[in-house]
This record gives sequence, structure tokens and C-alpha cells, in this order.
Amino acid sequence: MAAIEIKNLWKEYGQDVVLERLNASVEEGEFVTVVGASGCGKTTFLKMMLGTESPTRGELLLDGKPIPDEPDETRGIVFQRYSVLPHLTAVENVMLAGELESSPWLGRVFGAKRRALREQAEEMLASVGLDQALRKYPHELSGGMQQRLALAQALIKKPRILLLDEPFGALDPGIRRDMHELVLDLWREQDLTVFMITHDLAEGFFLGTRMWVFDKERLDPQTPGSYGARITYDLPVGNSDKGTLQSISQSVDSTARVLSA
Amino acid sequence: MKKLINREAGPVGRWALGLLPFVVLVVLYLVASDARLAVNPNDKLLPDMASFVDAIQRMAFEPSKRTGEYLLWQDTLASLGRLALGVVISAGIGLVVGIATGALPLFRAGISPLVTGLSLVPPLAVLPILFIVFGLGELAKVMLIIIGITPFLIRDLQQRAEEVPTEQIIKMQTLGANTWQIIARLIWPQVMPRLISAVRLSLGSAWLFLIAAEAIAATEGLGYRIFLVRRYLAMDVILPYVAWITFLAFAIDFALKRYSQWRYPWFHGTQ
Ligand SMILES: Nc1ncnc2c1ncn2[C@@H]1O[C@H](COP(=O)(O)OP(=O)(O)O)[C@@H](O)[C@H]1O
Ligand SMILES: [Mg+2]
Repeated sequence: MAAIEIKNLWKEYGQDVVLERLNASVEEGEFVTVVGASGCGKTTFLKMMLGTESPTRGELLLDGKPIPDEPDETRGIVFQRYSVLPHLTAVENVMLAGELESSPWLGRVFGAKRRALREQAEEMLASVGLDQALRKYPHELSGGMQQRLALAQALIKKPRILLLDEPFGALDPGIRRDMHELVLDLWREQDLTVFMITHDLAEGFFLGTRMWVFDKERLDPQTPGSYGARITYDLPVGNSDKGTLQSISQSVDSTARVLSA
Repeated sequence: MKKLINREAGPVGRWALGLLPFVVLVVLYLVASDARLAVNPNDKLLPDMASFVDAIQRMAFEPSKRTGEYLLWQDTLASLGRLALGVVISAGIGLVVGIATGALPLFRAGISPLVTGLSLVPPLAVLPILFIVFGLGELAKVMLIIIGITPFLIRDLQQRAEEVPTEQIIKMQTLGANTWQIIARLIWPQVMPRLISAVRLSLGSAWLFLIAAEAIAATEGLGYRIFLVRRYLAMDVILPYVAWITFLAFAIDFALKRYSQWRYPWFHGTQ
């Protein structure tokens, strides 16, 4: 059985249909990149995976059961911004998950336990290249370093599913490439299922194992809300040629023009 | 020459420009005082410098003839004690209720309308009730400060707690946090420096309520003293007392600001 099953999933806000008739199943360990015009419902999909939004029709199943309707430790997340806690240093941010687990009331641990957590956190930070910034607060880190920190913080909890919502959208292209390497490495090491949203088509084409394109098949320029986006392409990464990229790109661009008009 | 809107003062110039109005005020006062005293040497409205020195000497450095106390210090201690008690209790209530209503929608639905209603009651109008209920003792005066500033503190902290980005609250849950842990490790620490800002803002009102309560019923305190000597038109005591209160207010504000910068570098770093 697939880990995640999406069965005829719809999401509507009042009259506006954001997503319609999504069908897919995802195996444990897949790395799915999601691309599409901005405003077409990618974040909405991720929120349903996370449990902060619920489907209006259809089913979203994790191991055959409806996905929990509030966030929990099975699903880690990295947002584009505000992902790390500004009042904790880098190492404290990464230690947090362990502290919460072993101290239900205070959410803090002391002594030997604390030293052990600190050691693990330092190792994790080293693996994302932040060993020089342990005691820095997030505001003292660059955007790329903050996102590395957010990855380290999410991954030390060992979530089954990692959700990434345009995590590198605000970064410079060079740093972005480094971050891709990093995510791929971490994904290979830990047995993760990853959903990563990006608005960069090319990014979707070489990252991960599978790419979904969210797009509106039917589009009414007067009322773009009357039809929702669907998964118009579901491609294994690596087997696609230039022509496919071009035709996806054209279709997504025309949707983008209508949505942002 | 640059346009006026683009010209800035250098470090020395800034000090000089900042001091200038004070110097002007002092000079104006001295001139006016001289003029009045020349007409009537017994004038009490604008005493000269010698009377001030004399009054300060009498109030601060000589024991009172009647009680043997050093009045200025006794008044200062009494007033600061009431102020501190009132402000600390208010801050405590503001923190607890503000976090509860800001972080928990169910609490907000239940308590917010009440707090909004209470904050509209003019505190001074309640003062007679306080004197009736709590008597003329310390409690009534501290209660006035509490009633005066707590609604503001609660509402401000509720807003600050609501401003904690949703992303971070979600993040905490994905790290396994329960509701209590989210409050203890995310909302409370993030709201603390904002509590200090809110307290700094509310100190002005706290002084107002303190002096009002002392003016009406007290046997010591800075507010009591200035309202007592008002009967004798003792401007030579009132003006130094006012300056001293102003200085205390400034010192407390400055200390709170510095403490916040030292204790919460992440807060001031991202501002
Ligand atoms: N809470 C909401 N209420 C109403 N409409 C919403 C809400 N959240 C998102 N939307 C709408 O859903 C559409 C998809 O948004 P989103 O999922 O954020 O797009 P994407 O992440 O692909 O850019 C947008 O048109 C947005 O206005
Ligand atoms: Mg989005």
C-alpha cells in the first residue's frame, strides 16, 4: 500500500475552487517536487498535508487513515520564512525537539541529558555546514544559513514526511544550488518522503524522483476561481525531454498571467 | 549649502542642540523670578535659586523638626514602593491573562470582551470606590495603579502574543510540542521583551495614578508632599519635587530599556 493516497481531493474557499479532482499515490521515500503558477494552490495542498487546512471533498490518506487534522511530529516543515525561532540560538533551535520530547512540562532539560542533546544538535548542525554558527541568533545569520538551520531543526526530529514550501525561493542562485545538494544528501541519508514546492520549473526537473505540475486545465479568464488546479503532469524525474519542459512552461505561464491579472 | 531637510547635527552639535532649550528655560525662569522679586521680595510664585537650595537642604539633608525623618527620602521610598508593587502586580496579571487570551482562542472568546469593557472605565472615577472598599491604606493606592494600567497591559500583550507568526506555532507542533510547551518555550519568551516595552509605556499613567491617590489620602509620598505644601504656596519645595519625580521616571525608563537590550539581544537585533 502506498504511504500517501490522494483520492478525488478538492479544496474550495467559498465560491473559489482552488484544487479539484487530485488523484495520486506516493510511496515511502519518494521525493516529489511540486511546481505551478503562483496562486494555483501549491501551498494550499501543503497545508492539507500538514493538517492546518482540511479538504472540502475527497480523501487524503496517510497509511490508509485520514491525515491528522493538526500538525504533529510525523510531518516536518520548512517555510520560506519564519521557520526558526528568533529567540533561540542556532544550537538551541536544534536542541528544541529533544527538549520537548523529554520534558513535557518545562520543555527544558538540564545536566547530562542536556549535554547529550547539545552534542547531537552540534553534529546535525555540522552536517548542514553551520558548525561555525552554533551560538548565533537567527538574525545574525544570512538567509541561506537560516534555511539550513530550519532544515537541521526539522530533520533532527526524524519526521516521516518533510514538507518544503519554496524554502529557497528567497536565496541567491548559487546558494540555492548548494542547498539543493544538501537537501538531496539529507533525503538519501534519512528515510524521508519529501514534498517540495518550488516556482522554478527547472528546479523541479532535476531534484528528487518525481515532479508534479499543478495547473488549471480549464481556465475562465473572467472568473479564474470557477475551476481549480489539477495535477496536469506527474513525471518521473530524469526521463523528461526538453520539449516537455517547454510545453509545461508555456501552459504554466499562461495560467500565471490570468491568476496575477 | 544643503537643503535644511538633509542637514543633520554632529555628535557635539546634537548635545548642544538638545541642551539649548533647557538652558533657555532656566534663563527665562531666572529673569522672570528676578523681575517679580524686585517688585515684591516676598513673592512666592517664582522663588530664586537660593530658596531652592535652602528647600532642598531642608527636605533632603536635615531631619524634619516634627518627625525626625529625612522627608525627601522617606517620600521617595514610600512612592517607589507603591509604584513598584502596583506595576509588578499589573505586569504579572497582564502577562498571564495576555498570553492566555492571545494564545488560546477559547480564552480570548471568553475574556476579551470583559477586558475591553473594563479598559473603558476611567480609573480615577473608581477611586472613591477603592477608598470605600479598601480603606485609606496602602492597598487602595496600589489598587488604583493596578486598575489603571492592567487593562492596557493585558490588551497590549494579547496583541503581541497573537503576533507570534503562525509559522512558528506550526513549527513547534511539528517538533512535537503540546499546547503548554508552545506557551512555555515560544510565546512566553517572545512576549517578555514586549512586556518590558509595554511597562515602559504604562509608567507615565502609573505615576499619574500614584500621585492622584497620594494627593487624596496618604501621610507620606512624593504626591502627598507636593499637595501638602501647595497650601503654603511653597514653590521652592514643589518645583524640586517635580524635577525629582521627572528624574526618577527617566531613570526607571532608562534602566528598563538597558535591561531589555542586555537580556533580549535577539529582540533588539531584529527590530
Ligand atoms: N484562507 C484562504 N481563504 C480564501 N482563499 C484562500 C485562502 N488561502 C488561500 N486562498 C486562495 O487560494 C489560492 C491558492 O493559494 P496558494 O495555495 O497560496 O497558492 P500557491 O502556493 O500555489 O502560490 C489563491 O488564489 C489564494 O487567494
Ligand atoms: Mg505558496
